[in-house]
Amino acid sequence: MRRLWEWLEPYWRTLRRPSVHYSLGFLVAAGFVAGILFWGGFNTALEATNTEKFCTSCHEMHDNVFQELKQTIHYSNRSGVRATCPDCHVPHQWTDKIARKMQASKEVWGKIFGTVNTREKFIDKRLELAMHEWARLKANDSLECRNCHDYQSMDLTRQSSRAAQIHKRWLHTREKTCIDCHKGIAHQLPDMAGVPQG
Amino acid sequence: MSNAFTRNRLLWFAGGLVLAVIVLVFVAGWLAGRTTARHDEERAARAATQAAHAPAAGSALGRTDMQQIDALRRGIPVDQEAAPMPLARVENADRRRERAYPMQPPTIPHAIDGYQVDKNSNRCMLCHARANAEKFQAPPVSVTHYMDRDDQFLAAISPRRYFCNQCHVVQTDARLLVGNHFQTIDEVMAAAEAGTATAEASGKVQ
Repeated sequence: MRRLWEWLEPYWRTLRRPSVHYSLGFLVAAGFVAGILFWGGFNTALEATNTEKFCTSCHEMHDNVFQELKQTIHYSNRSGVRATCPDCHVPHQWTDKIARKMQASKEVWGKIFGTVNTREKFIDKRLELAMHEWARLKANDSLECRNCHDYQSMDLTRQSSRAAQIHKRWLHTREKTCIDCHKGIAHQLPDMAGVPQG
Repeated sequence: MSNAFTRNRLLWFAGGLVLAVIVLVFVAGWLAGRTTARHDEERAARAATQAAHAPAAGSALGRTDMQQIDALRRGIPVDQEAAPMPLARVENADRRRERAYPMQPPTIPHAIDGYQVDKNSNRCMLCHARANAEKFQAPPVSVTHYMDRDDQFLAAISPRRYFCNQCHVVQTDARLLVGNHFQTIDEVMAAAEAGTATAEASGKVQ
């Protein structure tokens, strides 16, 4: 410990000493420019990890959940509007997004140590993984669904009478949120025995 | 120049010969191609006149009169590719339909696109299970679906009744591929009572 401090001390002293060569104005301006560069770079890097291309670049995602997504209406439909992985799995707001990204560091760990690197491992773990997502969406009132599907903008008269009735009864009263009924909307469901539905 | 010509006379001769052969082959090929093209034109014209004569035929979708059972090709010759029919729309009105005969499995009156029915999950049972039927105001699954084949009651739905789509199907607005004379028993009885022959004899086609 003492050795470490002896090694660090000169650097620490340099850092603590006031600048003698650079003017305050230069330091402020340089700090400002460096800040812009850092922030822009940070956000660019963050957004790069927030694309479908990035998500599906590992075969755990590409061979399992992405193949299932391809068959659903969230991937292909008559109007051509579609959701990509982060639209549903990463919150859009900054603080929530950063919190989720910090959580996702577990996924990096999983990738490195091959937690779900085969189809069998994935299927075994699927219920647990799905439960995490359901719990997350339930806790944030299906925020990611509502980014696109706003109840206020739903024209109930254009839904089938059954759908309109159920949405009015459960969604309007806020008794239930999207994920309560629409589990497995974009992926196949795991073994649902014992999981309360609806 | 003349020197070069005399020295390589054989080479010049051979070159000229090759050129002549090439021209000959080209002309022959061109003539052959023109005759086949004319044949094709004639055949197309013949097909067009035939199509014009055939009743209700000649649309891009092929024959639409459906007089023959040819659901796959719709009367289009095997050497021609047909434009596919537009997909039929699933009726989604949520109104229960009449059964055509007493033990008919009820048809599904709503769309079931993307419903997962497999070992893991049965989307139909989300609403149609006994426990959930009240909540979703859906008709609960019949008691027969909770019996094994020896008529013993089970707590959960019977495995042999698990795959709803085996018997219950959605209805689309697709045109009938083949006409039929089906009458429900009520229609038959009504006709018998009125003393008339069956509707089939009076030319009714459903």
